[in-house]
Amino acid sequence: MATTILLIVVSAVFSQNFILVKFLGICPFLGVSKKVNSAFSMGIAVTLVMVLATLVTWPLYFYIMAPLNIEYLEIIFFIFVIAALVQMLEKIIAKLSPALYRSMGIYLPLITTNCAILGVAELLLVNDLSGVVSGIEAGISMNLGFALLYALCAGIGFTLAMVLMGGVREKMEKLPVAKCMKGFPITMVAAAFMAMAFYVFSLL
Amino acid sequence: MNAKKYGKIAYDGLITNNATFKLVLGTCATLGMSTSAVNSFGMGLSVTVVLLLSNVIISLLRKIIPNTVRIPAYIVIIATMVTLLRMVLEKYIPDLYDSMGVFLPLIVVNCVILGRAEAFASKNPVLDSAIDGVATGLGLTFALTIIGIIREFLGSGSFFGMQVMDFRIGFFTNSAGAFFVYGICIALFVLITGQVDKARRAKHARALRVPSHEEPLPAPDETTAEEVK
Repeated sequence: MATTILLIVVSAVFSQNFILVKFLGICPFLGVSKKVNSAFSMGIAVTLVMVLATLVTWPLYFYIMAPLNIEYLEIIFFIFVIAALVQMLEKIIAKLSPALYRSMGIYLPLITTNCAILGVAELLLVNDLSGVVSGIEAGISMNLGFALLYALCAGIGFTLAMVLMGGVREKMEKLPVAKCMKGFPITMVAAAFMAMAFYVFSLL
Repeated sequence: MNAKKYGKIAYDGLITNNATFKLVLGTCATLGMSTSAVNSFGMGLSVTVVLLLSNVIISLLRKIIPNTVRIPAYIVIIATMVTLLRMVLEKYIPDLYDSMGVFLPLIVVNCVILGRAEAFASKNPVLDSAIDGVATGLGLTFALTIIGIIREFLGSGSFFGMQVMDFRIGFFTNSAGAFFVYGICIALFVLITGQVDKARRAKHARALRVPSHEEPLPAPDETTAEEVK
């Protein structure tokens, strides 16, 4: 049990990092990573929505859609759930904590079209845990607890990559870069070197 | 007159506002699916089909959809198209269906499609939107295929699945290589289109300078000029 949990954590945070290995959620990774602070806020917002979305979509798929044989509608249902959730969360945060809303709220509407959220909801639709977590033995059946843990760790991995990129870009801004490499190209090349570092985890 | 207008829409979608190289939208699919030329070509065509259908439908419904709920309405239309595409691919091209994996449902949240719906199809007639959809889609397919060819050739020495040379550089098949090749491709594309644009502007200016010296220089294509700077 403890090994299973550890494997899920390491896999979701490092060796199968959502941004740098699985390529999910690249848009905020390139768009909102200019400063460490904003990158961190975005990461936390994504993590929150990821966990909440999994909490709704996983039971929805296995306990409602599967018995009714309407699995083929999953894309439409999931995108609706995520959009509604984001909207609700925005309202709740604005009401409860205006300070938090000012620092995080502006990123919330962007999250609806973040592939990492829909990606985690789609990836978790497996019956066996080995379908999601690489390097785990087959035969451990998936349940809501594992799904939530995976979503949480995927969010932490996402935040980690965002914050690291924010730090790199803050330093990079001061460097003299060739004109055609300014902006996206140099960010991509920097991301390539970070991806190399994360690739090593999957060799372990 | 009409041919010129449609030509401009097509040129904008293919080159000036190339979704992958110029606007850098839909990056997840680009990076994730470009491991081989065939995969990236299939992904590009899938996005083109969805883009064409959603652009046509949204353009047909543009006077009916209320302004306040337009984004959810667009998302539902796009999600329906992707669901249909998924069923068709699963039945007729299972190889591509398997290799696309999670990136097939993720076409729904591809920013290119929602972007074109919001920026173009919601304001323009059906034929224009269809041309825009196809042009943007083909621009994306072209860009994806280039990245796919480079990564497949350097990573495994093959070209569209055919073994051409006997070497493999593992770096290009894993995720770091994807970021690296994409970054270099954007830089080259910006450089080349910038040079072409400069040459065309110089030619234009020379042609105008001969008849009259007071003639102001023609305004260059605004978006391109800004991007290049």
